[in-house]
Formats: sequence, C-alpha cells, structure tokens
Amino acid sequence: MPHLAVADLTATYPGTDTPVLRDVSLEVQKGEIVSLIGPSGSGKSTLLRVLVGLLPPTSGAVRIDGEAIDYTSRRSLKLARDRLAIVFQQYNLFQNMTAMGNVTIAPIRIKGWKRPEVEADAARLLAKVGLAEKHESYPDQLSGGQQQRVAIARALALKPEILLLDEVTSALDPELVGEVLDTIRVLAADGMTMLIVSHEMGFVREVSSKVVMMDQGSIVETGPPAQVFDAPRTDRCREFVSRILRH
Amino acid sequence: MTYTFQWGEALKHLPYLLEGAWLSLALAFLGFWGGALIGLFGAVGKVYGGRLVYRIVDIYVVFFTNTPALVQIFFLFYALPEVGILLAPFTAVLIGLVLNSGAYLTEIQRAGFVSVRQTEIEAAEVLGMSLAQIVRYVIVPHIAKTLFAPLSSFYIWLVLGTSMASIFGVEELTGRAINISTTNFRTIEVFSVTALIYIAITILASAVLALIGRYAFRVRAKIF
Amino acid sequence: MLDRIISEAPRFFTYYNMVFLLEAMGRTLLMALIGVSLGFVLGFLLDFARRTPGRAWLPLRVAATLYVETFRRIPFLVILFIVLFAIQGFRFPVSLFGVAMIAICVISSAFCAEIIRAGFDSIHQTQWDTAAVMNFGRLQTLRHVVLPQAWRVILPPAFAFMVMFIKDTALASQLGVVELTFAGKVLSTRGFSAMLVFGTVLVLYFALSYPLSRLGGWLERRLAPSRGR
Repeated sequence: MPHLAVADLTATYPGTDTPVLRDVSLEVQKGEIVSLIGPSGSGKSTLLRVLVGLLPPTSGAVRIDGEAIDYTSRRSLKLARDRLAIVFQQYNLFQNMTAMGNVTIAPIRIKGWKRPEVEADAARLLAKVGLAEKHESYPDQLSGGQQQRVAIARALALKPEILLLDEVTSALDPELVGEVLDTIRVLAADGMTMLIVSHEMGFVREVSSKVVMMDQGSIVETGPPAQVFDAPRTDRCREFVSRILRH
Repeated sequence: MTYTFQWGEALKHLPYLLEGAWLSLALAFLGFWGGALIGLFGAVGKVYGGRLVYRIVDIYVVFFTNTPALVQIFFLFYALPEVGILLAPFTAVLIGLVLNSGAYLTEIQRAGFVSVRQTEIEAAEVLGMSLAQIVRYVIVPHIAKTLFAPLSSFYIWLVLGTSMASIFGVEELTGRAINISTTNFRTIEVFSVTALIYIAITILASAVLALIGRYAFRVRAKIF
Repeated sequence: MLDRIISEAPRFFTYYNMVFLLEAMGRTLLMALIGVSLGFVLGFLLDFARRTPGRAWLPLRVAATLYVETFRRIPFLVILFIVLFAIQGFRFPVSLFGVAMIAICVISSAFCAEIIRAGFDSIHQTQWDTAAVMNFGRLQTLRHVVLPQAWRVILPPAFAFMVMFIKDTALASQLGVVELTFAGKVLSTRGFSAMLVFGTVLVLYFALSYPLSRLGGWLERRLAPSRGR
C-alpha cells in the first residue's frame, strides 16, 4: 500500500475559473522520495498546499496508508496535519522566537508533550541539521540556509510520517543551497518519505526514486530520474528538460 | 416619549447642504494649496537650507503639529484683535488651516525630497544630463509619484477638518447643518444626512484623486 | 499689547486659575487615554471580526468593514453632535463627558482598527500557514506567532494617533465638556486677555503632546522591523 496516494485531484483557487490542478494522480511508497519538477505555475507547489489543507480540492482523493482524508472535516484535517509536515520556500520561521523556540513551540503548545523531552528531542534535531550551537539564535541572526534547516528541524519535531518540501532552496543564495541539500540527504538516508518540489535538477536526479513532471496543473510524465531526464517519453517533458539542462 | 423620525424635514434642505459641502471642499482646497506652498518652502529649507534654517522651520512645524488647529484658530480670531488685527471668520479659519497644513505638508514634502535615491541621480549624470534636466526628468517625477498618495490623503483629512469652521459661523456643510437644526429641531436627521454627505464627498474625492494619480502620475491606488 | 499682557499676567497666573487649567488639562489627557485604550480594544475586536473566515460570518465581516470605513469619513465634530442629539433625543441619562467619551470611542475604534489591520497585514501569510499546518488554532496563532510580531508595527502609528487624538479632544469643548479648550474659553470670557489665555492653552497642549511625539518617534526608530526571512 502506498504511503501517500493522490487520485484525480482537482483544485481551483476561490474566485477564479481555471483549475490549478487537473486530475493529478501519484503515489509515494514508504521511504520513497518523489520529486516534482516543471515550469512556474505548473501546480507543483499548489499540490503540496492542497495536501496540507491550505487549499480545498474540488474533487479527487488523498489517502495516507489507505485512509482517505476529508478536507472538509476539521477532525480529518487535523489528523492529516499530524501525519504530514511541510517546509515552505520562505518566511518560514516565527520571527519572535529563537531556533529552539521555533522547534519546541508546537510540540509543547499544540501537542501538549512535556517540555524536558521536547527540548531534548529538539536539541537532537538541531544537531542533526548541523545547528547544534544555534539554539538561542533568533531568525534574523541566522542565514537563509540556517533558517531553512531550523524549519526542517521544526517540521520533524512533530514526528510526521511524510515530509513535503516546497522549493526550500529557491530563495537562498547559491552558497547556502548546499547545506540545506545535505540536510535533506541525511533525512533521505534515514528513510523519511518525502515529496519534494525543486529546481535543483542535479539534486533531484541524485536523491529521487521517482520524478514527476507537471505542466499547467497536470502531470505530464512520471518515471525514474534516468527516464525523465535522459529519455523522456513525452515531447513536453523533453522540451522542458532540454531547456533547463542547457545551463 | 419616543422620538419620531422626520427625514423629509432634513432632505428638503439637501440643496442648501450640498452648497455647503462645496464650500467645505473649496475651503480645504485653498487651505491645501496655501499649506502646500508653505510646505514647499519649509521642506526645501529643511533639506537644503543648513542648520539654522532647519531649526527655524522645525520650530514652526513642531509647534503647529503639537497644538490643536481649533485653538490656533481661536487665537487668530480672538487674540489678534487685541493687537488690532481683525479677521473675518472665514479668513481666520482659512489662515489657521493654511498655517496648520503648512506644518504637516512641510514634513510630508520633506520626506518626499529625501526619498530620491542617489543611484537615480548618478544614473542620470552618467547619461550626460545637466542639472536642470536631472531635476526636471528624474527628481520632480519621482517626488510627484512618491508624494501623490500622502498628499491626497492629507487633502481628504483636511476636508473633514473644515467642519470646525462651523464653530466660527462659516456656512460650510457642518455650519449649515447647525443652521437648519436650530430652526427645525430635527437634529438627528439633519446631522445624519450631513454625515452621509461627508462620506459621499470623501469617497468621491478619494476616487477622483485615485484616478488622477493613476493616469497622470501612474500611481496605482485602490479606488475605494 | 505687551503691556496689557504684562499687567494682566499676575492676575491671570493665580493659583485658582492654574488649578482650573490643570484640571481641565487632566480631563483632556484622560479623554485621550481612555479614548485610545478603549479604541484599541474595540479596534482589535473590529479587525478580528473583519477577518473571521467562513461564509456564515459574511454579515459580520461586512458590518465591521462598514463601521470602520464609515466612521473614518465623518468629521469628529459631526460625530460628537450626532451622539449628543441621539442620546438627548432618546432621553438617555448620560453626562456631557459621557457623550464625548462615546463619540471618542466610536471614532477611535474606527481609526485603531485600521492601524491594527495594517499591523496584521504586515505579517506574511506564510506565518499563518505554517502555524495552521502545525495544527495551531486561530487564537493560538494570534497569541504565539502573530501578535508578538505585529505589535512592533502597530505601536508607532498608535502613538502618532494618540498625539493626534489629544488635539481632537479640543472639539469636545463644543459640547461643553470642561477640557482644556473649554477652560480657555471660560477664562477668556471672564475678561482675561485672549492672547494670554489662548497662548497659555497652546503651551499646555504642547506640553502634553510634544513629549509623546518624541517618545513615538524614538519608538519608531527602535522598532524598525528587522528584515527577517
């Protein structure tokens, strides 16, 4: 059974007519890393937003371990958000808290877990993302790359089953991209199920077991990196890949 | 005993009130331009005039922005006669509004002058423009665009501010509302209608200014 | 002129007159303080009402928006009169001070709602989204994430508003409330030189307003929002 299964998902932004997602279907197995690529506006980030309930779908189904999520039910949505975690492209961290504060606030205030365990766990996570000495730093004292790593630690603090990463390196200065990608590699090695939206094609190719190419809200092609990048089956995918790999 | 509403009594004076509204707009208009002129000199003086000029203008600005306009006009109207300067109500109000606005508009325009970025001027210099050309094609358009929004909202604020002229007997909108209600005692109706007229003229003025801003200065603003 | 002022000064600056003026000044300050505080609380409720999501709450959102947009477009003097005549017309037993306070709260809440709105709007939507996805409730998000950040954006204009409001209270003199401007009129009708009286009143307003202005400016510089990512 797939860890995450999306079936014929369609979604439209309220107040507009054209759907931003059209009949999107994909599966992510446990421990698998699936990457979404495609031009801007193709719906990649939108798909992630729908999965975490920030945009209600108009039709289709989302299942985690076979259980369907009802995005109209607060209970169901709450349970879904327990199992999914997302890291955004920017404005991620809560500016009024330290790194440690960011990582521990949800476990303590929302989950009600006990502070000593949460803090120990948070220290472990911050060490894992390479920020062991930055516990007491505020976001404006951290570089973009460091902030994103704290954001990843924060997402992991709630012990999600599936991690969604929405272009987490796109807003970073080039030198800082590497440290975030390294962190994702570590998580991959740990066996975390991940759905990644990224423009870092080299990284996508290295780390994904499956690559999904999207355009204008629909899935154009799905397959292992070798296929999608080196031998695309559709013209649209071939066109996209040739354009991006030209640099 | 309950109060029975008689809206007809208020509405039949609508033309009279609307004339008053026009006077309010005109009074604000005069006050604005008088104040803007003072503000222009004040801002130029503050930015380019050296420390002494800055201090003098600042004293003017600080005094007029930290005291109520109403009391300033009281001073003009009641205190000046003691030194032989007698002002008609309209004149006293106008001078008061001009002086008061001048202080605010000095600061608004000063912010506009200061906002011109060195990079813009340097780019123009490198293109070979003379000082006069730089002022005309780079500085003035930039300032006009930056200042349009704050100046527009100041004008709207001033339109509402003209209502205090009624205290001195000037027959702008509020003054006329007072006149009517002293004769027919339908105070709630008359003042409600007056309030609606103020809302209408401020929305109208905002819309007109937004349109002017959009097409003349390419300043995008919400029309409502 | 100058000799008149000099000769009148001792008669004017008596203990009795000074106490009278200072009491009136106190009332001015009180009206401004209560007005801004209550205005803020009400303004916060208004903005909260304006943002309540869900189709069922549309009437509330519309009503709150209408309230804010309306009362920012009517002169304070007119609002004072309407409140006065409405209360008198329906024979509610409210003092002049009470009438002035109601009018003050009406206009203050509308302006404060706008200041608060700008403060909340300055918080990027991602902050709300991140909290929502971690299962924060709306109130929890406000308490832990948004308010601690928004208050820095809200405080400087709030101060500027308070400074403006002290001057607006002068209009309450038209109702007969014994605040500083009214006290000035009283003394002037008692025969003292208008120049002396209103000059003193202007200085007293300045003494109230200027320190707050400076404090507000200092706060604005200190709270300049950090460019966080």
